[in-house]
Amino acid sequence: MTDASVDPATVRHVAALARVDLDENEVERFATQFADVLEYFETLDEVPETESEPDLVNVLRTDEVHEGLSQAEALRNAPETEDGYFEGPPVG
Amino acid sequence: MSDAFITRTDIESESNGPLDGKRVAVKDNISTEGIRTTCGSAMLAEYVPPYDATVIERLKEAGATVVGKTNMDEFGMGTTTETSHFGPTTNPVDEERVPGGSSGGSAAAVAAGEADLALGSDTGGSVRCPAAFCGVVGIKPTYGLVSRYGLVAYANSLEQIGPLAPTVEGAAGLLDVIAGPDDRDATTRSEGAGSEYASAADGDVAGTTIGVLTDLVDGADERVASVFEESIADLEDRGAEIREIELESLAHAVGAYYVIAMSEASSNLARFDGVRYGISGEQSEPEARQEAKRTDGESGGFDGDWNDAFARARETGFGPEVKRRILLGTYALSAGYHDRYYQKAQDARAWIKQDFDRALAEADVLASPTMPVLPPKLGASLDDPLQHYLMDANTVPVNLADLPAISVPAGTADGLPVGAQFVGPAFGERDVIRAASALE
Repeated sequence: MTDASVDPATVRHVAALARVDLDENEVERFATQFADVLEYFETLDEVPETESEPDLVNVLRTDEVHEGLSQAEALRNAPETEDGYFEGPPVG
Repeated sequence: MSDAFITRTDIESESNGPLDGKRVAVKDNISTEGIRTTCGSAMLAEYVPPYDATVIERLKEAGATVVGKTNMDEFGMGTTTETSHFGPTTNPVDEERVPGGSSGGSAAAVAAGEADLALGSDTGGSVRCPAAFCGVVGIKPTYGLVSRYGLVAYANSLEQIGPLAPTVEGAAGLLDVIAGPDDRDATTRSEGAGSEYASAADGDVAGTTIGVLTDLVDGADERVASVFEESIADLEDRGAEIREIELESLAHAVGAYYVIAMSEASSNLARFDGVRYGISGEQSEPEARQEAKRTDGESGGFDGDWNDAFARARETGFGPEVKRRILLGTYALSAGYHDRYYQKAQDARAWIKQDFDRALAEADVLASPTMPVLPPKLGASLDDPLQHYLMDANTVPVNLADLPAISVPAGTADGLPVGAQFVGPAFGERDVIRAASALE
């Protein structure tokens, strides 16, 4: 058994972390496929540690007020709204 | 009606400019005000952006007519345009074959003459791959040249919006319109301001040093390699100097690319919770349960807490490839695995950048086949994700190194298009455009 093997419980755990429900068929299929893909990712073990010096600069701008979306525009795509607010599920 | 488009439009510009009279097709992950932008996903099937992406504003200012939003792999995740919720697009050159992906609809629209020009997005080759498979030209710009404001993010450290066209000059002219800094995207740089890429398509390669990336030629289908080698010989006849270049790091590019892209995807796609837009947890439930809740008078009609509703919306809204990548990305970033996968992928990315810098000190541009294979038949490559991912071997190194690259038709094998790819130094768009124009 290689390090890269993935059992269905692991797939369910990761799916819970990612907040994606899966049906049983998907769990089984992903477990098989993930083993292949993760085993392939193991080839990265051969990569030497490499110094990288990212070419980064801070990009700043003046904090000015610009025209933005109206409340109606911001709410237009929401499946559920109430009194001008987004409506979400109860906080558990 | 062609299967290249998800939504047909006829948005005529009121301005005049270099794109007067040009019909432009736009990939459906680029936001268009008032026109639905689905990303090829059930999650966004009804989503209508309230604003235009910066590139769309620039198209309109340049006088273009937007003729439609094109089909794509769901959220850009695929190499064949078969993972779209709206069904596959076929290759206009051979209707039994895929157009490539993920900007397959954009390439097919141009190849079929249904648009003069098109915009795609390239995260790991998604403009160059369909350009190669459909026999048109596609450019992946240097990271930071084109604004990503309004592009629905998949893997934002890798992706750039890029042009597709029948000719190198056409693609370069569209790049001139969309390139340049944007104060709404802090990753844009000033180098593209006032660009004149179209004028570089002069076909003159005399004195240009072209480094052939032998690792990528050796890994290609023999028919593809043979067409590519003939085109390099043609450029040599016309005065280019050819060198062979080996880059050890390229063998690790696909692994590094997928770890980074999936990790970024798992984070970027967290926004799709079905509350502000998209499919809600309630919509994804069977009608009988919804009806029961309504008669119970339960608040908002949601069942369970936020996490339950969120997970249910994502189960319904995302297709299998998107779920696969979100889960693999979540796994790669989870405690205990971050150093083993994500950190190693970042090391590989830095190594690849250094290798390219060394190679581009020896040569003006680097060349390889764009895709290692001919366009597969529809359905042939979907069942084995790993094999599917390996098709991206020649294109992903460029995205990891933030460099510009172009795919140009190099000829045909068995009647199918083969693309040649030229890679240049950062902001060396004129170099790759000139080299590619010599092959036309």
